[in-house]
Amino acid sequence: MVKQRGGRVGTAVHAVCGPGATRGDVVEGVHRIAILGSGPAGLSAAAHAAARGVSHILLEKSDHLSDTIFRYQRGKHIMATPSQLVVRADVSFEPGKRETILDTWSSEAAKHKVNVRYHAEVKSITGAKGDFSIALSDGSVVRAETIVLAIGTQGNPNLMSCEGGGLSHVQYQLDDPAEYVDEHICVVGGGDAGIENALGLIADRAQGNTVTLVNRGADFARAKEANAKALLAAQEAGHITLLTTAETTLIEPGWITVDTPEGATRFRCDRVIARLGSAPPRKFVESIGLEFTSAAREAFPKLSPTFESTVPGIYVIGALAGYPLIKHCINQGYDVVEYIGGAVDLKPADEPILEARLKGLPGNRSVAQWLEFLRQEIEILRGLSPLQMREFLLDSDVRAYQSGDVIFKRNSVGSSVFGIASGSVEVEVGGGRKRMTVTIPRGSIVGEVGLISGRPRGATVRAAEPSILLEIPRMAALRLMASVKEARDTVNRITTERQLLQMFGSGLTPDDLTDVLETAEIRQVKTGEAIIREGEDGYDIFVVRSGSMVVEKQIGGKPVFLSYLPAGSYVGEMALIDGGRRSATVQAAIRSEVVRLDGDRFRALLRRKPELEEKLRADMADRRKVNGYIEEQKGKFGDVVDMYSAVADFLVEQGIGEATDVLLIDETLCIGCDNCEKACADVHDGLSRLDREAGRTYAHLHVPTSCRHCEHPYCMTDCPPNAIHRGPDGEVFIDETCIGCGNCQRNCPYDVIRMDSRPPKKPDLISWLLFGVGPGPGEPDKAWRAKHKPKGAEPPKVAIKCDMCIGKAGGPACVRACPTGAAIRVSPEEFLTVKRMNRGE
Amino acid sequence: MAKTAKTGERSNPGQHDGFLGYRNFRWAWRAGALCVIAIAGYLLMDAEPRPNGGSVYGYAAGTIAALLVLWLTLLGLRKRAITSGNWSLKAWVSAHVYLGLAVMVVATLHSGFQFGWNIHTLAYALMVLVVVSGLFGITVYALLPRYLSRNRGETTQKQMLETLKALDRQINEAAQPLSEVQARVVQMSLDGSRVGGGLWRRLSGGRGGCGNQRALSRLRGLRRQATDVELQMLDRMEELLQRKAVALAQVRRHLQIRAWLSVWLAVHVPATIALIAAITAHVFSVFIYW
Repeated sequence: MVKQRGGRVGTAVHAVCGPGATRGDVVEGVHRIAILGSGPAGLSAAAHAAARGVSHILLEKSDHLSDTIFRYQRGKHIMATPSQLVVRADVSFEPGKRETILDTWSSEAAKHKVNVRYHAEVKSITGAKGDFSIALSDGSVVRAETIVLAIGTQGNPNLMSCEGGGLSHVQYQLDDPAEYVDEHICVVGGGDAGIENALGLIADRAQGNTVTLVNRGADFARAKEANAKALLAAQEAGHITLLTTAETTLIEPGWITVDTPEGATRFRCDRVIARLGSAPPRKFVESIGLEFTSAAREAFPKLSPTFESTVPGIYVIGALAGYPLIKHCINQGYDVVEYIGGAVDLKPADEPILEARLKGLPGNRSVAQWLEFLRQEIEILRGLSPLQMREFLLDSDVRAYQSGDVIFKRNSVGSSVFGIASGSVEVEVGGGRKRMTVTIPRGSIVGEVGLISGRPRGATVRAAEPSILLEIPRMAALRLMASVKEARDTVNRITTERQLLQMFGSGLTPDDLTDVLETAEIRQVKTGEAIIREGEDGYDIFVVRSGSMVVEKQIGGKPVFLSYLPAGSYVGEMALIDGGRRSATVQAAIRSEVVRLDGDRFRALLRRKPELEEKLRADMADRRKVNGYIEEQKGKFGDVVDMYSAVADFLVEQGIGEATDVLLIDETLCIGCDNCEKACADVHDGLSRLDREAGRTYAHLHVPTSCRHCEHPYCMTDCPPNAIHRGPDGEVFIDETCIGCGNCQRNCPYDVIRMDSRPPKKPDLISWLLFGVGPGPGEPDKAWRAKHKPKGAEPPKVAIKCDMCIGKAGGPACVRACPTGAAIRVSPEEFLTVKRMNRGE
Repeated sequence: MAKTAKTGERSNPGQHDGFLGYRNFRWAWRAGALCVIAIAGYLLMDAEPRPNGGSVYGYAAGTIAALLVLWLTLLGLRKRAITSGNWSLKAWVSAHVYLGLAVMVVATLHSGFQFGWNIHTLAYALMVLVVVSGLFGITVYALLPRYLSRNRGETTQKQMLETLKALDRQINEAAQPLSEVQARVVQMSLDGSRVGGGLWRRLSGGRGGCGNQRALSRLRGLRRQATDVELQMLDRMEELLQRKAVALAQVRRHLQIRAWLSVWLAVHVPATIALIAAITAHVFSVFIYW
């Protein structure tokens, strides 16, 4: 591919200015097609042009074909995704080693007699359809009737933006991992490139590299599944350190500082390999006159369904068109030559798949019309190119609903998002007499809560009129949000608006919030970082979107824990309503996301909506009462308050801040009988999901190794069969479709998931009590299991974890089985309150 | 018996109370009421010639007491059969404790204070034994858990035993270059520092004749004849033995507290079985000689 390093190509170019601007010494006649870049897309186009006998020229900047693939790590295995897509082209492509694939392409290019010109670096393009002049850096000019831009995006990598990102040991490319020996290397970026580089660096343990991979997200949604798995396996084996939901904050010679959910960490680092993706070489492309879909850095050129750009005669295919996958590139090479040759009814290779998917839907649209229709109508899809839209639809489903049809039911399990392409839907909110419906119009989305936490559906949604909805699976939606900024922004805006409406109630409508939301800002808050500091000025309102906050106040020179704010609450109303300085410090208990609402605009909203002000005043009075009570107690019984505060801090440190329901053991009552573990095993096929003795303890309050049912479950982030769900009461559970891959076990930071197979059935309790038959209550020991193994294959090992005894009326068996009342299950927002202090605990 | 959590949550944070104070001493009040009624009945019923088990009141009290004993025994089943249903073992234990104490009152009133050397008084005596051992159980349940917690800190029993094993390995390795006499002393620590063992040993903390302790004191004695190089090795060995002494103390204390927490059951449960047998005999004999 033609490399566009740092916009070098684009520097001397001007917009299209008629034919013959720069002639130089023209050496050739006019080609029918000039193809820029010999990567999979360009090579495929050239091969097809050659096969069809169309006069063409393939311009390649380097001295070999397909520079991007050429520059892949030596011996790298190249995958062929998406697997459901068929390749239709004159070059073949099978998954395999880099070398094999490059050899195949070279021989196929020779076979088809492709007209390649190496060392052809393009400086500028002038002219118009029918007679373009392509000026090369050696001074010569190539003329062509049409141009196919297949230059990819690799020449324009996204750069490290943190302090020290410009240092010389920060690189954006890794040619041969075998070059590096005994180095501390930090790979930044959890996409395929970053993962493959990291795995390459540790492939030969004898090289002695210490490799750390820093990923901004919690999961590796952008990477191919096989890559993500290999990476997690390497971590399991202890060959690599992974820092997820982490961000690099500082690079110094020999050191790097990374911010993680547990706080900032600084470690040795001799080399930083940043693989943060790349953006189209915009300057060059725009200089030719092409328009982009938006001003965002990640935006792609505007294209017609035939790949033609806004400049007639110039076509864009491959990664520059928004398609980084080799299979797509190869197909597009074939297609674009067909289009240039005048094909009007050429169906893309994936057309039959999409046709089948869209069959039977009302509206009588062609696939292309469907794609355009969905993209235009559904807001979050607007940033996609028609070609990205095509791939997107391969993952999604379009459904038609009649008026009154149920789209999903409250409490049903499901984590997909629905985009409303036509019609509208009604969401049933509240229950019983207070039941009412809220209409969500065309263009918006519904079901977005599943995106974040995988919680079951919070409400029943029906079609309000005949409607067409696009169902987007969770992973596809996450990928969309990760790769298209507009989609991310839109989802964020919609979720924020809905959260505010739900939280404040008070008869607010979306229109009331327009003004406030205009300046609303989503902010990431690190563990321990304060969003409000006691004594400072300011009256903005903060809404906790994810994570949780603790409120502390300095009393008698010590910070005293006042209250706990879970996701879905707001803070900052005191200074807003009463004026004055902030009365307490609010800091993140765990890495969180907050929405900052401008104080002035919020005041204006309160003036317009007195009901809202009333609600805020009532909430404020409650909070004042609690704070006042604690301050008063502190005056009288300092020790009690100190203890209360210290225990709260301990629990927050143990990650209770991201828990929804956690098992605690009051060790002043625990007699160590392990009845909790036995009961757990007995209600769950003989396998206990908790380890009572293990875990941290503070002031006789013990946090055993047992699931906390996190607000944003780590285990759920990468479950291939999507077997982990949230039950109606918030329980995170694994269903029977588990394939035993162990991803969830590796992802859980609290070590509460184990892999095991179901033990044989035990004899009943009475025969044990009276005749001593069987191992008795609780988990059978290994010897008994081995002896009573059923004949035939052993049942497979699957992931098991606490499901809070889902579906059992009595609630969790661990708590029910505790003879002394030591075992309690608590949700942090209820446990971390002053109620505890009253009991002097 | 347990309050169900609201929908939308599985936990019940308001329900953080021990088995004694369960629901504001609900079962204490109920058992107290039972005692008051029993005493009032005893005083009001004017049995002739004197209060005894054969009067109407006596039969009533006896039946209640016998049924209570049977129900109280069922706790043993209940705690092992955590299946479906909406009940909590804590509530059962709370009821067990207070109703068990009430049985003492009811059964005494049932006897009409007539005691003798017979099967009837044997049943009564066994009941007293069961109740008294139960009282002991309540006492250790109320007092000891915090010491168990304090002693183990954040170490599990398994980790404690593994620490001992690891120390033994290190001691064994460090003993290789020692002289034969010195090595024999170290061997005492490796062979003779048992943890656990018989009931008495566990209850007393089992330090008696600890090989590690003997090895430590003997090792100090050996220092006088040691060369400089040997002294260095002995220093290292002494440090290891000291660490082992600390680890041993922790395990033994752990096992000791656990033994005290369960030893009363060794009386409570067999006495209960004997009690039921005695009650059966008591009831049968009463009906036969009636």
